[in-house]
Amino acid sequence: MNHAPVLPIVIPALAAALMLLDRRVAVQRALAWGSLLLLVLAAGWLLAATSHGWRGIYLVGNWAAPWGVVLVADRLSALMVAVTTLLAGLALAASRTGWDTRGQHFHPLLQIQLMGLNGAFLTGDLFNLFVFFEVLLIASYGLLVHGDGRERMVAGLRFVTLNLLGSSLFLVAAAILYGVTGTLNLADLSLRLASGDVAASALARAGAWLLLVVFCLKAAILPLSAWLPGTYGAASAPVLVLFAVMTKVGLYAILRVFTLSFGNESGPLAGAAFPWIAAFGAASFAAATTCALAGVDLRRLTSMLVIASAGLLLIGIGLATPATVAAALYYLVHTTFSAAAMFLVVDLVSRTRGSALDRLDATASARQPALVGGLFLVAAAAMAGLPPFGGFIGKAMLLQATLPASGAGAGSAGWIWAAVFAGSLFGLLALSRAGSTLFWKSEGDFAAADAGSGATHGNLRATEAGSPAEPLQARDWAPVVVVLGLVAAVSVGAAPLQRYVQAAAEDLLQPAALIDATLRTRPMPGPHTPAPETRR
Amino acid sequence: MELLLAGAIAVLLGTGTYLALRPRSFDVVLGITLMSYAVNLFIFAAGRVVAGRAPIVDGAADGLADPLPQALVLTAIVIGFAMTALLLVLALRARQACGTDHVDGDEEPQ
Repeated sequence: MNHAPVLPIVIPALAAALMLLDRRVAVQRALAWGSLLLLVLAAGWLLAATSHGWRGIYLVGNWAAPWGVVLVADRLSALMVAVTTLLAGLALAASRTGWDTRGQHFHPLLQIQLMGLNGAFLTGDLFNLFVFFEVLLIASYGLLVHGDGRERMVAGLRFVTLNLLGSSLFLVAAAILYGVTGTLNLADLSLRLASGDVAASALARAGAWLLLVVFCLKAAILPLSAWLPGTYGAASAPVLVLFAVMTKVGLYAILRVFTLSFGNESGPLAGAAFPWIAAFGAASFAAATTCALAGVDLRRLTSMLVIASAGLLLIGIGLATPATVAAALYYLVHTTFSAAAMFLVVDLVSRTRGSALDRLDATASARQPALVGGLFLVAAAAMAGLPPFGGFIGKAMLLQATLPASGAGAGSAGWIWAAVFAGSLFGLLALSRAGSTLFWKSEGDFAAADAGSGATHGNLRATEAGSPAEPLQARDWAPVVVVLGLVAAVSVGAAPLQRYVQAAAEDLLQPAALIDATLRTRPMPGPHTPAPETRR
Repeated sequence: MELLLAGAIAVLLGTGTYLALRPRSFDVVLGITLMSYAVNLFIFAAGRVVAGRAPIVDGAADGLADPLPQALVLTAIVIGFAMTALLLVLALRARQACGTDHVDGDEEPQ
């Protein structure tokens, strides 16, 4: 058996365990970079192997598929693991400025979060997906409150409460689906739902909708997105880099579960959720970009744009044709990197404006306006989806795929074009307004802002921002340049990436091959292996 | 038996929802705990309500209880227990940092 699918889970788990043996930050940093190197190799191996259509089915306990927990690595999983690994490297680079010493256990928590993320991307079992969600959430609770302080504790309390409610709903949904079908394997679930009678499918439908609610909560889709700005507003910069992929986990789960378990092969439930998914995505995109116009600080504005990008991805997923799903996957890679870049730029802005932080007013100019403003310009252009960046290519792919001429999604093109154009315009306006306020209209220098408003705004983040008198060093802005390089690479390498996501989207919408491969994989023979069983 | 179980789940979930909507962090923690009890019972019920059977294949007995929901409940209990502990610590830290146990961290309505 090929062990590649299990490596992205095992490597960070072992690294986290080793880190706890020695609490010195230098040792933990070395282990973190070592783990990252191995993860890059493992992710590269998965990408290279799956790009030729190989599906890695890994029987964790050496039990055949519907009986034991199974890991499934296909093109989509490998892509998500690769994106997560790159973001982890950026988070590590961003924590070099001293964030990892402002509290204990930064590095072990980061590794455990990576384990949870990779596990959620690779699992082929519904309950196992729940467990990996919990693993990444537990780590994210710790990372969110990393650095301590009142703001973070209140935000953490809310975030944990909300996610515990989400987990309860997830468990109820999993229990319903198990009660109806007698299986938790995502591939087997699809077959059972196809053969189930109609009486069972009403309960099954309730389970499916509950799962959709849970995943939309994780992905911060419109009615369930109110938690995100407050949570992201309190977290520290390196944590936010990794949180850029957190909402994408919810989107991945929607894409995986609703194409595989409730997809084309599953009888009466096939595709039932897709029109709703697309409608909520469009509403979320338009509303969140409108809210971004009212952002009072750059961090909240960026958070709203993260919600908006999740909405845009959901449009592509909900239209459920290979071209739209491919556009969504391409945009997902771009928007994850550009959100990480934007959060890092927000941190630079906060640190160079004294106590004015990232508030959108003209009381203070950044200490190094050319450097910070230049980085902001590039990151904002990427975030807004201006050409030549990948956001433009992704949106163009999506809009082109909804044209009536392309056959798919005919009749829905009108409202999707309206939502995408209006939302993109509002996002662009919000970012231009923020940029011109912060870098052109600002008059006072950071020292004047300190004298004027230091007393009222002397909060936690102002003290953490450090003295604005210290100019930014290369280690402060280098991570931004690296992530912007990745954004540019997504744009320059659009053709091969597009071919890859196109193949991934076609795989997703034709789940029969994956279901077959999952259920046909036999355990490795060994001294204690039970004789091969026939399926029920 | 089924009615009793369903009633217990409903009461636990209703009480938990009421407590979770209250503004004090301790009430919220209690509410979440009651809700997780309700969810655990629900998972247990998903394996059908069977009394007096072992969750193992036994040639002598004339049936068995589904062992999988029991394993799932065990996992859910462990995770829920750890989460409750974490939530309690967070609530205490927020209480220390804010001087109030209001979930907004502030007594005044904003």
